[in-house]
Amino acid sequence: MSCSFICFLGCAGEENWVDSRTVYIGHKEPPAGAEAYIPQRYPNNRIVSSKYTFWNFIPKNLFEQFRRIANFYFLVIFLVQLIIDTPTSPVTSGLPLFFVITVTAIKQGYEDWLRHKADCSINECPVDVVQQEKVVRTQSHKLRVGDIVMVREDETFPCDLIFLSSSRDDGTCYVTTTSLDGESSHKTYYAVPDTMAFKTEQEVDSLHATIECEQPQPDLYKFVGRINIYKDKEEPVSRTLGAENLLLRGATLKNTQHIYAVAVYTGMETKMALNYQSKSQKRSAVEKSMNAFLVVYLCILISKAVINTVLKYAWQWSPDRDEPWYNHRTENERQRHVVIRAFTDFLAFMVLFNYIIPVSMYVTVEMQKFLGSYFITWDEEMFDEELGQGAQVNTSDLNEELGQVEYVFTDKTGTLTENNMEFIECCVDGNVYIPHAICNGQILSAASSIDMIDSSPGGKRIRDLFFRALCLCHTVQVKEEETVDGIKRGIHQGRPTSFYISSSPDEVALVEGMKRLGYTYLRLKDNYMEILNKDDEIERFELLHVLNFDSVRRRMSVIVKSISGEYLMFCKGADSSIFPRVVSGKVEQVKAHVEQNAVEGLRTLCVAYRRLSESEYQEACHYLTEAKLALQDREQRLAQAYDVIERDFVLLGATAVEDRLQEKAADTIESLHKAGIKVWVLTGDKMETAAATCYASKLFRRSTQILELTKKRTKEQSLHDVLFELNRTVLRQRSISGDGMDCLDFGLIIDGATLSAVLKPSQEVSGHGNYREIFLEICRNCSAVLCCRMAPLQKAQIVKLIKSSKEHPITLAVGDGANDVSMILEAHVGIGIMGKEGRQAARNSDYAIPKFKHLKKMLLVHGHYYYIRIAELVQYFFYKNVCFIFPQFLYQFFCGFSQQPLYDTAYLTLYNISFTSLPILLYSLVEQHVTIDTLKREPSLYRDIAKNSLLRWPVFLYWTCLGVFDAVIFFFGAYFLFDNTTFTSNGQMFGNWTFGTLIFTVLVFTVTLKLALDTRHWTWINHFVIWGSLLFYVIFSLLWGGIIWPFLNYQRMYYVFMQMLSSGPAWLSIILLITVSLLPDVIKKVLCRAICPTATERAQVRKRFLKIDLKFYLC
Amino acid sequence: MVKEEQEESSNRPDNTAFTQQRLPAWQPILSASIVIPMFVLIGAAFIGVGVALFITSRDIQLQELDYTGDDSEHPCFKCRTNTEKCTCSMTFSIPTLFKGPVFFYYGLTNYFQNQRKYGASKDDNQLYGDLNYFTSPSTDCDPYTRDSKNMPIVPCGALANSMFNDTFTLSHTVNGVQKIVPLDGKGIAWWTDYNIKYRNPSITPLINAFNGTKKPTNWPKPIYELDTTDVYNNGFINQDFLVWMRRAALPDFRKLYRRITHDDYAAGLPAGNYTLTIAYNYPVHSFNGKKKVVLSNVSWMGGKNDFLGIAYIVVGSMCVVMSIVMLIVYARFKFGEDD
Repeated sequence: MSCSFICFLGCAGEENWVDSRTVYIGHKEPPAGAEAYIPQRYPNNRIVSSKYTFWNFIPKNLFEQFRRIANFYFLVIFLVQLIIDTPTSPVTSGLPLFFVITVTAIKQGYEDWLRHKADCSINECPVDVVQQEKVVRTQSHKLRVGDIVMVREDETFPCDLIFLSSSRDDGTCYVTTTSLDGESSHKTYYAVPDTMAFKTEQEVDSLHATIECEQPQPDLYKFVGRINIYKDKEEPVSRTLGAENLLLRGATLKNTQHIYAVAVYTGMETKMALNYQSKSQKRSAVEKSMNAFLVVYLCILISKAVINTVLKYAWQWSPDRDEPWYNHRTENERQRHVVIRAFTDFLAFMVLFNYIIPVSMYVTVEMQKFLGSYFITWDEEMFDEELGQGAQVNTSDLNEELGQVEYVFTDKTGTLTENNMEFIECCVDGNVYIPHAICNGQILSAASSIDMIDSSPGGKRIRDLFFRALCLCHTVQVKEEETVDGIKRGIHQGRPTSFYISSSPDEVALVEGMKRLGYTYLRLKDNYMEILNKDDEIERFELLHVLNFDSVRRRMSVIVKSISGEYLMFCKGADSSIFPRVVSGKVEQVKAHVEQNAVEGLRTLCVAYRRLSESEYQEACHYLTEAKLALQDREQRLAQAYDVIERDFVLLGATAVEDRLQEKAADTIESLHKAGIKVWVLTGDKMETAAATCYASKLFRRSTQILELTKKRTKEQSLHDVLFELNRTVLRQRSISGDGMDCLDFGLIIDGATLSAVLKPSQEVSGHGNYREIFLEICRNCSAVLCCRMAPLQKAQIVKLIKSSKEHPITLAVGDGANDVSMILEAHVGIGIMGKEGRQAARNSDYAIPKFKHLKKMLLVHGHYYYIRIAELVQYFFYKNVCFIFPQFLYQFFCGFSQQPLYDTAYLTLYNISFTSLPILLYSLVEQHVTIDTLKREPSLYRDIAKNSLLRWPVFLYWTCLGVFDAVIFFFGAYFLFDNTTFTSNGQMFGNWTFGTLIFTVLVFTVTLKLALDTRHWTWINHFVIWGSLLFYVIFSLLWGGIIWPFLNYQRMYYVFMQMLSSGPAWLSIILLITVSLLPDVIKKVLCRAICPTATERAQVRKRFLKIDLKFYLC
Repeated sequence: MVKEEQEESSNRPDNTAFTQQRLPAWQPILSASIVIPMFVLIGAAFIGVGVALFITSRDIQLQELDYTGDDSEHPCFKCRTNTEKCTCSMTFSIPTLFKGPVFFYYGLTNYFQNQRKYGASKDDNQLYGDLNYFTSPSTDCDPYTRDSKNMPIVPCGALANSMFNDTFTLSHTVNGVQKIVPLDGKGIAWWTDYNIKYRNPSITPLINAFNGTKKPTNWPKPIYELDTTDVYNNGFINQDFLVWMRRAALPDFRKLYRRITHDDYAAGLPAGNYTLTIAYNYPVHSFNGKKKVVLSNVSWMGGKNDFLGIAYIVVGSMCVVMSIVMLIVYARFKFGEDD
């Protein structure tokens, strides 16, 4: 061991050793003669989650904001306005831009200030440090690597610490990592064995040791290191350190008076801080179409400017138009080259028409998303009493994507099922045991039932081993009720005064099941596991090694030494990982039983054991220690060691644990199906169990024809044949049924092994094309797919496969465990269930919900609403800006292409900011085209909005055409009205600003009333905002024109609005033009509703009848 | 325990109608049964209004006289190219009484008063009577800011410089004798322009305020001599000036020149022969413009404009037609709501 150690250090010296760090505990240099370390500088323990400082806030924030393409566009427009002589003053685009930038900066600044404050309170919280044999109180941010820290009960660890010693005798401590990963169970951490005995500050301070460990990395559950303890004139002792010795910042000490520990990672290098890193940004389909529309509008903008520039120069060909006597150019302008003049004109036209892409659209969309997401968190129906929590929104960018989901990928355990395990039965050597204890509350009856069944002596031996195996082979902790004192505890252990805690609910279920069968696991004390057997005797086993569970091996083992000195290795795990390693035992019987259990939807585990001889044990021990000591590739070497040790088992039996379906899981899945969403279950479970769950949750119905694509089948036929056969089946069915899709549906079952074969690009079949395509074709025709035996990464692969298939469907992944994180991150929308397996899924998700059943409301109600709201928002915004700018474009033809603005500057600036912004924002927050109840009752309404139906090109074209039509009506209506006549009864004439104001008034009223026509859900807020914003326009115009504004250098709007209102024909024409503009849309709506009503429209009518009926009955 | 309870209550969302999206709401549907009667009503109302407007508009009398003189037969042809003072006169007859009050307009076509640079070429501070801007006019006025001797021009800018300067006299032939019809130049500009927006500097006599400034190059006389007979119609508040300074929206436009309100003609212009004498100054030939004089009376709805009435009638009939179409569609695709 020491040999390898030296070698390792030698190597280290050569490589400059940047992969690891050396920590001097208590800042004591190692004795002379020890290897030279390269001193490293570590950060102090200051946590900085804030982005900005006081000094760099303005430049950094501005830089970040202008990196956004939209902001940059407006900045360019603004600069163009500043530099060249443009029709509108820089204020018109500068003010909104300034407003948007300021609001964003204030919001971000405020958030950052909150972060600063939070950082500050964290950084300044008191910490106890051992210095000169005394406990000194200092501030958290002053902690440095190598400091020895004392932490008391219920305190939070200030940085990542190596656990040296504890107030508990056994050198353990309990910790909750709720704030880190949400797991509320207490986890046990172990002190370094050599320092465990140090109980006082003096002792701890006398420790002379160094720690070598890897450089910080974000994985919460991985740590490799080594401690070297120097004693006077002795060879240094070295011990391995693992994740079980590392106390993480953010975790809280529980049930332990105090501990001593040494800081190894501080400040931003702690694992918690490294995990702050944000996820990659997801963009919704709506955002993508919005950007596409934007490009179209940009093209329209540029072509408008180009057309006008070209026409201007064509029109100006004759000199009397170019420079009539009444309007000469300045000398400067005359000398300018015509190309430069043309370019300046082009820019001026761009500036004049730039409002077609409004800065406020981005702000409104963002506000809508941000504010709208509150409705999810506020939703009381998604509040879970048990958890005391409602839904959470981690990204509001994807609200509308919830209304677009086509594929739902769901995890099984904990998502579809409750992950609330209950031990159902076990099968030992072919005999079945069922604990009856639950029925009559008597442990004895269960015990006696065992006796009744079994009698043969060999069977008894196996049975004893089986129960002991289950009592020993686990990582369950016993948590005692704190109020109970030592003596009482001795008596009542295993009774109501204590309960089991484990990170895996299966284990708890098994240990509790054993308790009901008469074998009670009492505790782990001084490395001895104590069992109370059914004769009320305490059996003690020395725990030698735990070969921890991992999802690759899918099994775990323990090596124990019984009182009689026997070395035993117990192993439990998934059948597929146990059976290949079994050499004897009633394999066939157990296998049959396991399969039967699996069909019933139970989770099965197989249990096996192996007796080790002394030499075998030593060998195993050697492998394990070597692997554990390794600083690099420890995982891999441990896996190798496990592989070598876990073999030649004797099969004992199997257990069955029931995982009940989540409340309303079946109802939810049925609704999703009706909504046209394809539901895929991705699970690591075995096929039979998973299939049973699928039947129970109505994912597969009786009528579903199951297509199997599993290893079992591909063994018989080649994958190629199976795939083609399935494809034929599916296609044949489709050709028979034609369009009526619901006469027979298919369900596909595929397992991980086959899936990787399908996805593997194979050379042999290159002529036949890709398996992938065939597989996708099959999947497309299946209403439900079950993927079992999936590794976490495979789940993500599947999601990716569907995501990148040629229809590019929107996918949603929902899961609760760490193994679902990859697919949650991969899918368009990731939803985490705040379940029992910790918070990792919820933390990495875009939305977190307490239960699977909440998915229904999330998608069918919230998703639907958000989608129609934002779709209207986007379309309406483009529409109202076409209406706004197109008359200005037309006006150029009548003003000699001179870039004369039609509207006053104030109107240009405020149109998007205040006259028309609030009604649409409010619409996009509260509109409900059908009620919540209808949406829930009729999931098929979800199909109406599938495939981004409200933002497709035809719809977009319709809105744009409507905008152009309205604009033409506004402009030419006003044009013919102004045609050589007077409006007033005093014979006076109106000027160009009245012309513009008339158009603008019609415009504001039309676009607002258009929204009013689209509004289906008139709450008082809608009334208030719509009528209020029209009123605001009128009042503003009165004010704007009613006063000589001293700060303006022009007074062109003075009394224009009032003069206009004093004229009868102006009123009449305003009414006429508004009516004409709105008519086509109304007619289209009525005709569409009559000729081809959508399901939504039918539902609206039905709803109405329901109401009428009710009224009728009430009368 | 207490703490936990508090925590729970803070986590629990508020159960209000707003947060649960259950605010009471009115949910109208644009269905045929509502829209068809609505259309019929709107149609009827529009046709009614339209007919009324159309009749009113038809009753308005209009006398238009083009005096550009493009035609060699035209009495003003001689003035077309003449740069010096030139007068021409046209005769016309009014068959029936031209009901009063009669408004006298001049009209220009193909004249782009709505050019951006042209329209911006003025200094509002000057026009507000601010003496500081007399000596240093705004650069907006370029190239009409200073004359060739670098003297500041007041009022500066293209708009003022190009002020319409034809003058007209209208005479009525009564028993072979020409009787001049008195024209009223008051109240032709907006009240607010006259009283508030434009102001003369508060220096009397007005001429002193214009020391060190020049008149616009095209003007025959300086601004303080626009109307020497009436101080309240002189300088910046000269009504002709104000009318000109209010830019027209479109290239063919009309501006109010005078009102005919004098006692003899308060009821209107009696039938008979009239002569219009024009002091022809304003050049429009270079840009193919036309000049005309328009006599018109107004109704409650302003000047003659058939468009509004016709538009109302058309839209009203379209509403009725569409309601019939919808009725047919509705009958054929019986949908939902018929009981």
